[in-house]
Amino acid sequence: MKRLFPILSVLTALLLGYALYLALVVAPTDALQGDVYRIIYYHVPSAWTGMLLFLINFVASVIYLIRRSQKADILALVCAEVGVVFCTVVLVTGPLWARPVWGIWWAPGDIRLTSTLVLWLIYVSYLVLRRFSNSAQTQMLAAALAVFGALDVPLVYFSIWFFRTQHPQPVIGGGGSMDPRMLHVLLISWMAFLCFGFLVCWSRFRLELLRREVEEAHALESLAGAEEISPKASVPLSRSTK
Amino acid sequence: MNLFWGLTLATLVKDIRLEWRSKDALNAMLFFSLLVVVIFAFSFDPLAEESRHIAGGLIWVAFLFAAIVALNQTWAREMRNQVLDAYRVSPAPANALFLAKSIGNFIFVSVLEALMTPLFVIFYNLHVLGPAWQLIPIALLGTWALVVNGTFFAAMSLRTRSREIMLPLLLFPISIPAVLGMVAGTTAVLTGDNPAHFYIVLLLTYDVVFTTASLALFETILHAE
Repeated sequence: MKRLFPILSVLTALLLGYALYLALVVAPTDALQGDVYRIIYYHVPSAWTGMLLFLINFVASVIYLIRRSQKADILALVCAEVGVVFCTVVLVTGPLWARPVWGIWWAPGDIRLTSTLVLWLIYVSYLVLRRFSNSAQTQMLAAALAVFGALDVPLVYFSIWFFRTQHPQPVIGGGGSMDPRMLHVLLISWMAFLCFGFLVCWSRFRLELLRREVEEAHALESLAGAEEISPKASVPLSRSTK
Repeated sequence: MNLFWGLTLATLVKDIRLEWRSKDALNAMLFFSLLVVVIFAFSFDPLAEESRHIAGGLIWVAFLFAAIVALNQTWAREMRNQVLDAYRVSPAPANALFLAKSIGNFIFVSVLEALMTPLFVIFYNLHVLGPAWQLIPIALLGTWALVVNGTFFAAMSLRTRSREIMLPLLLFPISIPAVLGMVAGTTAVLTGDNPAHFYIVLLLTYDVVFTTASLALFETILHAE
């Protein structure tokens, strides 16, 4: 497994480079928007990857609630962290594109913008909870919050659905028409982002697993240490009571 | 089932009696939302026509912030003398406790709303153009939406450092659809521009979903060790 990691890293780097080349050089220029549109090769794959990671977070949290498995908890944590990063990329690249094309940075009533922002807020609060809670119950609390967050997503979507939406229709399955060459580049970009996301999650997963092992070892060590010293330590206490 | 409701009622009556004698939460909430009203009135200085459009947002933001005060105190009482730990080891159903706390908070926040709404009407020269009775379901459903999640997250943030700050950080993101429903629904009724039915249905859905989720997960949260 460990040997696979550098190989996969190199492959991902190559794929990301190839995707960048395709996005900047090979993909045709948009008839209406010009070159500005090329940001979708970063924006859309980040969005898809981020949503996928949030979905995995939800599934892992449910598994944790049922089975109490440590690995599921670590997976949920890792997916939330990396998902927030991808979601941040989406929220930054979106306005960058919107400013020249729509003339505004942000459309407050738009369904996809607002629900992505709310999703981001929910998962940031999830990470804040994990940071602020220091006990063994953290994992349970975080899993419960993840379930609440996932339940919230459709409600957020419907609550904003009422408003007229300004975002371009989804490229796939939304009836939008896109040049097949563009779609090709988009899918390759997505592959590259998925590989990158997977790679980051993997190394973060290993790191977190190691961190917990070290913590456990420390706890065991201090327990063993406490047993050794305890007869000595009780001497001053018993004196002071006299 | 009788035991369940008996426990719920006992805890609820105890909380209301405590609140009635101390009036800690209610006084703090009232003064806090009064301050919000006054500060908003100064900073916007609205005409009657404008205020109709912004009042829905102002009212609910004031109530949301004020409700945090009551919600933060919900479990603090039970922490003294390890009452919560005693509850945890007792065979009493956890959901009875949760329901009692939620209903208690619902009553406190509703009293606050009943007292504050006339003030809003005076400060912002409101008069309702749509069907006014619809404000009642919006208020009831909206308050329950805030309170049921708030009680749950207050129980969650008990186990964290700086718990008073944690509660709004957890509650606000999840509450966004409910707040949107309340604000947009209230504005729709006040201006009479469009029907508020959609928002009432939205709030109802939100309430059903999150009441179920809270009841399903509260025991896990209470016993999380």
